[in-house]
Amino acid sequence: MIKFLKRFYAVLILLFLYLPMITLVVLSFNSSKSRAKWGGFSFIWYRNLFHDSEIMKVLLTTLLVAFVSAVVACFIGTIAAIGMNKMKPFTRSALMGVTNIPMLNADIVTGISLMLLFLILKDKFGFRFGIVSILLSHITFNIPYVILSVMPRIKKMNPSNYEAALDLGATPVYAFFKVILPDIWPGVLSGFLMAFTMSLDDFIITYFTKGSGVDTLSTKIYAMVKKGVNPEMYALSTLIFVSVLILLILINTLPSGGKSKKAEK
Amino acid sequence: MSKHLIDLQNISKSFGNHLVLDEMNLYIRENEFLTLLGPSGCGKTTTLRIIGGFETPDVGRVIFDGEDITNLAPNKRQLNTVFQKYALFTHMTIAENIAFGLKIKKKSKSYIDDKIKYALKLVNLEDYGNRYPDSLSGGQQQRIAIARAIVNEPKVLLLDEPLGALDLKLRQDMQYELIRLKKELGITFIYVTHDQEEALTMSDTIVVMNQGYIQQIGTPEMIYNEPENAFVADFIGDSNIISSTMIQDKLVEILGVKFPCVDTGFGENKPVDVVIRPEDVEMINLLDDYENEMASAASSEDSWKKYGRIQGVVTHIIFKGVHYEMEVMANGFEWLVHSTQMFPVGQKVGINVDPFNIQIMNKPASEDEEAAPIEE
Amino acid sequence: MKSNKFIKLLSAPYIVWAVGFIIIPLIMVFYYGLSNRDKQFTFEYVLSIAKPEHFKSLYLALLLALVSTIVCILLAYPLALILSGLKSKNEHLVVFIFILPMWMNFLLRTYAWMTLLENNGVINSILNFLHLPNIQIINTPAAIVFGMVYNFLPFMILPLYNSINKIDKNVLNAARDLGANYFQTLFRVIIPLSVPGIISGITMVFVPSLTTFVVSEMLGGGKILLIGNVIEQEFTQNSNWYQGSGLSIVLMLFIIISMVITNIYDKDGEGNTL
Repeated sequence: MIKFLKRFYAVLILLFLYLPMITLVVLSFNSSKSRAKWGGFSFIWYRNLFHDSEIMKVLLTTLLVAFVSAVVACFIGTIAAIGMNKMKPFTRSALMGVTNIPMLNADIVTGISLMLLFLILKDKFGFRFGIVSILLSHITFNIPYVILSVMPRIKKMNPSNYEAALDLGATPVYAFFKVILPDIWPGVLSGFLMAFTMSLDDFIITYFTKGSGVDTLSTKIYAMVKKGVNPEMYALSTLIFVSVLILLILINTLPSGGKSKKAEK
Repeated sequence: MSKHLIDLQNISKSFGNHLVLDEMNLYIRENEFLTLLGPSGCGKTTTLRIIGGFETPDVGRVIFDGEDITNLAPNKRQLNTVFQKYALFTHMTIAENIAFGLKIKKKSKSYIDDKIKYALKLVNLEDYGNRYPDSLSGGQQQRIAIARAIVNEPKVLLLDEPLGALDLKLRQDMQYELIRLKKELGITFIYVTHDQEEALTMSDTIVVMNQGYIQQIGTPEMIYNEPENAFVADFIGDSNIISSTMIQDKLVEILGVKFPCVDTGFGENKPVDVVIRPEDVEMINLLDDYENEMASAASSEDSWKKYGRIQGVVTHIIFKGVHYEMEVMANGFEWLVHSTQMFPVGQKVGINVDPFNIQIMNKPASEDEEAAPIEE
Repeated sequence: MKSNKFIKLLSAPYIVWAVGFIIIPLIMVFYYGLSNRDKQFTFEYVLSIAKPEHFKSLYLALLLALVSTIVCILLAYPLALILSGLKSKNEHLVVFIFILPMWMNFLLRTYAWMTLLENNGVINSILNFLHLPNIQIINTPAAIVFGMVYNFLPFMILPLYNSINKIDKNVLNAARDLGANYFQTLFRVIIPLSVPGIISGITMVFVPSLTTFVVSEMLGGGKILLIGNVIEQEFTQNSNWYQGSGLSIVLMLFIIISMVITNIYDKDGEGNTL
């Protein structure tokens, strides 16, 4: 009985979380453009989607921003974390404090603060809002995620490894690539994935820093909300969700599969 | 002796496909210090958890003081547990930790205060009541865990590897502490450990377990001196376990050489395992050319006194403080020898064993009982 | 040490970045918030929070954020307990299932709720079909709370689950062993030990709820203004950066308060790991 209640409760919450997604998936197959009426099953929005050059352009922008910002954030964040580990405790916690700002501060404040910066740059140096300002913003809020996911790895690493490599005649750069990087690679990878999804999902900061003319999926959808969202978006989000799902299942099953094999031995 | 306090009847328990306990029967007497000893995965902790009520056996019954408590919830049982790694409540002070069980039982404040004072005194931590567990050392936390359990006046205290997280010196101190506590409280202790030394030091009774089976039950002396099988012999202390043949009563052939022994009743020409403790191997210095000497001397009945029954060469030696630990290669077997006398590497030696120190054991009947490799 | 020097240099690019894109922008918010168009120092815009229309939006935002945080705790705690009781084999999968919705664009998911909750939307159609009374929730504060709870519930589930799951099972066994029944164990041991998770869950739900303008815009029908909406409009419609920044400073004050509270209780920074 208690077991049943537990299951029932978990399912209820699941339903609450998944109901809108189910709605979107169902609507993506609805031949009627209306959200209230079911006009029959159809792939029309999927077909239209691939011929809609505007949505395709927005999708491309979104993916490009997510990928580039995640890569740059990984690079800057990883080397920063390595350096921070050797800092004096005071300097390190001061820098960690700064790192926490974009994570703990409200997105709207981060968004407007960057917007103000870009406005000044525009006034003084003729900087132009667009994909570059979006990228700069995304890198900014992605770096903390990378640092936080790499840091535990670095702390776990034996500090003597690097010194041992130097002792054995390696140059610092060689030691970095051959000793440090392989050790912390899983942290970098999960930092990358986190940064990529954060960037993909961001609306608020992009909204304030994009300027006119450039859109990501989020800002495009927001612009559509009042007039009614184009059902092609349902189709697109269904496709994105399914591919993320498959990707995540692969990531989650592969390493744990290896672990269970080890355990059997 | 006194009556059975706990009776485990025919207990079996599996986790998934893995059989952890197989038809186990065990009784525990009142006021006994009983230790469940064995390598990890032998079922000792599961046994303790079944007694504590944290696992329910698939088959079998747990009788406590004449009552069936197999399905009784842990909070209704008259016994308390000292857990691995202490399991103190980190959000409570030491005094609050100790008072936890008493508050649940709605005891009066003065009663609780008295009990806290008594328990802290008992474990020699009088002034620690207002501190938090995190500020205490491992050994101190361990004592608090014990204090927290005993204020509830359990009839039985279950201890699950309580000293496992402590360093060697502290562990030895705590062993004496536990023996003292046991005497003062006059209750039954059931103790789980994989450390044979701990078991030998503290217990009235040791239950050696392996792979879900009880291998031997007995006093520490019995377990050490008369192991019933190769697993017990190997697990308790160092030993030389040699596959041999029982020629007849009181005569065993070890590595092709006949040794007199004291055991009878194994039959004739039966394969057996022989256990010889390293400290029971006696060695005699031999000259380098002892072979010629032996050949020329008439092989009298007493030549073993001069040359040993088996001859070999010392291959390793380590100084261990009280004694030297040596390895001697003789008749294709590497003998482990403890002796206060030093024999340098390369020294040729003769080996004798007193008939009383040769322990004969039946070979394991089935694969199941074969000694498993010991995991640390 | 020469080797350490090289290693420390690796942080340099990030330090430059953090100064340029975190610290300077924040300073600019303060600069604009504390000055006016004539570049004169003034508290005018910060204090304008006392204006009835601003104060009302802040008050409503605080109220709705508080309500949705409490609802989130009440919904998430039992769930986190249930999840932590699972066999370790399934736990990753199950947690994964509860986190998964976060990977679908949250605007679209909120939009889907608009569809579902509309007065002639799907839910009311189903209620009609069952001859049950309709719900008229869309464009009300209740709908905004609903949307906040929906969007931020996973941020509550995760830290709660992490902190409950981290409790040594033997500590719970010890409580049982000492005579506590399930509810005594829950209230005297589990809940006190999961306080760090509760606190970090609260900040992770409260701050985005307090500052959102999207959920209120979509589910409140654009008529209910929260402080987030006011700030957004100052920037995007009125282009009054001074006013917007001034109110942002007020908003940050509340964020800092909740950060300070988090730091007091969550010393190991445990709950923050996603």
